[in-house]
Amino acid sequence: MARAQVTFREDRCKGCKLCASVCPKQIIKMSDHINVMGFHPAMIEDQEKCTGCALCAVMCPDLVIEVAREEKKVG
Amino acid sequence: MKTVFTRPESLTDMPMHYCPGCTHGIVHRLVAEIIDEMDVYERALGVAPVGCSVFIYNYMDIDMYQAAHGRAPAVATGIKRVLPDRLVFTYQGDGDAAAIGTGELVHAAARGEKITVIFINNAVYAMTGGQMAPTTLLGQKTTTTPFGRDAAANGMPVKVCEMLAPLDGSAYLARVAVNNPKNVLAAKKAIRKAFDVQMSGAGFTMVEVLSACPTNWGLSPLEALKWLEEKMIPYYPLGEYKTPATEVQP
Amino acid sequence: MAKILMKGNEAIGEGAVRAGCRYFFGYPITPQSELPHYLAKRMPEVGGTYLQSESETAAANMVFGAAGAGARVMTSSSGPGISLMQEGISYIAGAELPCVIVNMIRGGPGLGNIAPAQSDYFQAVKGGGHGDYRLICLAPASVQEIIDLMQDAFDLADKYRNPVMLLADGVLGQMMEPVELGEEKEITVPDRPWAATGRKKGGPKRLINSLYIVPEECEKHNLKLGEKYAIIAREEQRWEEYRLDDAKMVVVAFGTCARICKAAVDSARAEGMAVGLIRPITVWPFPNDVFAGVKETANNFLVVEMNMGQMIEDVRLAVSDARPVHFYGRVGGMLPVARDVLNEIRKLYDGGAAK
Repeated sequence: MARAQVTFREDRCKGCKLCASVCPKQIIKMSDHINVMGFHPAMIEDQEKCTGCALCAVMCPDLVIEVAREEKKVG
Repeated sequence: MKTVFTRPESLTDMPMHYCPGCTHGIVHRLVAEIIDEMDVYERALGVAPVGCSVFIYNYMDIDMYQAAHGRAPAVATGIKRVLPDRLVFTYQGDGDAAAIGTGELVHAAARGEKITVIFINNAVYAMTGGQMAPTTLLGQKTTTTPFGRDAAANGMPVKVCEMLAPLDGSAYLARVAVNNPKNVLAAKKAIRKAFDVQMSGAGFTMVEVLSACPTNWGLSPLEALKWLEEKMIPYYPLGEYKTPATEVQP
Repeated sequence: MAKILMKGNEAIGEGAVRAGCRYFFGYPITPQSELPHYLAKRMPEVGGTYLQSESETAAANMVFGAAGAGARVMTSSSGPGISLMQEGISYIAGAELPCVIVNMIRGGPGLGNIAPAQSDYFQAVKGGGHGDYRLICLAPASVQEIIDLMQDAFDLADKYRNPVMLLADGVLGQMMEPVELGEEKEITVPDRPWAATGRKKGGPKRLINSLYIVPEECEKHNLKLGEKYAIIAREEQRWEEYRLDDAKMVVVAFGTCARICKAAVDSARAEGMAVGLIRPITVWPFPNDVFAGVKETANNFLVVEMNMGQMIEDVRLAVSDARPVHFYGRVGGMLPVARDVLNEIRKLYDGGAAK
């Protein structure tokens, strides 16, 4: 079970790759297909490896990315 | 699972018109996140500039004003004098704040006007087609400096934080960048501090944000962030240029 | 209530305060200085704000902000400063913000001089700034009228969400006259639900704006403004008629000039000439209605202005070429004197028959 869930609103993505460039796990890739705006949208390749660090979302200028993760267990 | 990153409430869900890799969107989001975190949605008023970011009034979900080119600090002055308990900020580019609006910016700072200027420095006039800005770097090619900015012909780039720091009315001045996640988080901290200082009544506040304009720099979004780091930051050092004498409690 | 002596410039200030204006933004310029001097003292007494801006450009944009935030606000200046304010005034008109702007007109063009003039008529009534807009322009001719019109100025600004300009000159600004201030009334400033004061959660978003990037929307906005201006033009014409009954010749003058012309009209009447005066109080909207009847009975018109002939164009439009319209003016800060106006009347009366 993945520790985190990253959602890309692909219609909003302009394919700038800022998210992919900062992913510590290097699991964000640009899709082969194009979205409604004519860009190759970003997508996550391997959700299992995602830690939910949200660095991709921090760098995204277009609010494409939503991040959820398991809450840390205390104790 | 718990959502740890999503669109702040103070930002509308309207797609932004900016070019791919333009960092305006990051700064818009930071401002909105801070308004959410300070819980001042009903008391926040923004003033949009003329330039690429004129449509920030569509993206911020709060009450907004649209000012004439460069006049946002004067408009914000009028607002703040009428509504002194509101959080009033302007959002201005380098042409707007550092060329045509220099008078309004300097005197708002000199008066210690209790507003915050979010000053986006991307070293170029973007909306009008990539002309030289007051902040264009030496040697930087623009549509009006096709051979590169030349100090003899065009003067040296204007360092706005350094210019305003000696004014007694300025209470908080910081320069940040949005070229990597660490710097984005630092930028958020600085804007939050500026808003807190404004609301404390200490005086004028400004955060200069070094920002990327891949389109007019003629670079890919990733190359643009690299250029920002390698060329802009050395000339425009990051950091706090003015802080209030007494620490402000958030 | 007893009358008190007041300077015109001070009367503007007191009139504004009594009309509920609590914000003044402005930059020093002669010949309106007594007004900011007065308000710098008076505003703090009533909990208001007086702020000296760094330029007229900034002042007009501070007015934009304050009006957008829902305040009764004003600024004042003279020719060169009013030119600098045109940017802000255009935005204020575009964003439909109520405010009052005072122009104590001085000699121009350029730096001109500081003597009284009416040479900013075109700038005031034909726009002044960029775009298709109108200012409601009021032209008082006495210190008492200044007091009365300041209340109207703010009320009209609110009623139509439109900037109002008060046009006067150094003579009116500097002259002292006895005025009746009346009881100080409790002012209820109308609600401004459109003002951007902070959005209530779930409430409507307020935007103070003059940008309509889509041409269809910008056209719609201009048409809406046009409808408003048409209503103002119909409903708000004001003028004074002086000895107009049976007048064969009609003098038309506003402000200071009209005072001088009244004396000339009296002298002409004493000489047996049937001469009257129309004094526009609103120069925009121009009081066309009064000319509708008069142009049928009068033989000719004489427009007297302290400029090279500006209002005369509106008089010609109002008379629609039915009768000859003549002009007499002094410029550059020079005042017409009643004797010279009388001489013009003698020359023109009865088609020049009277000598």
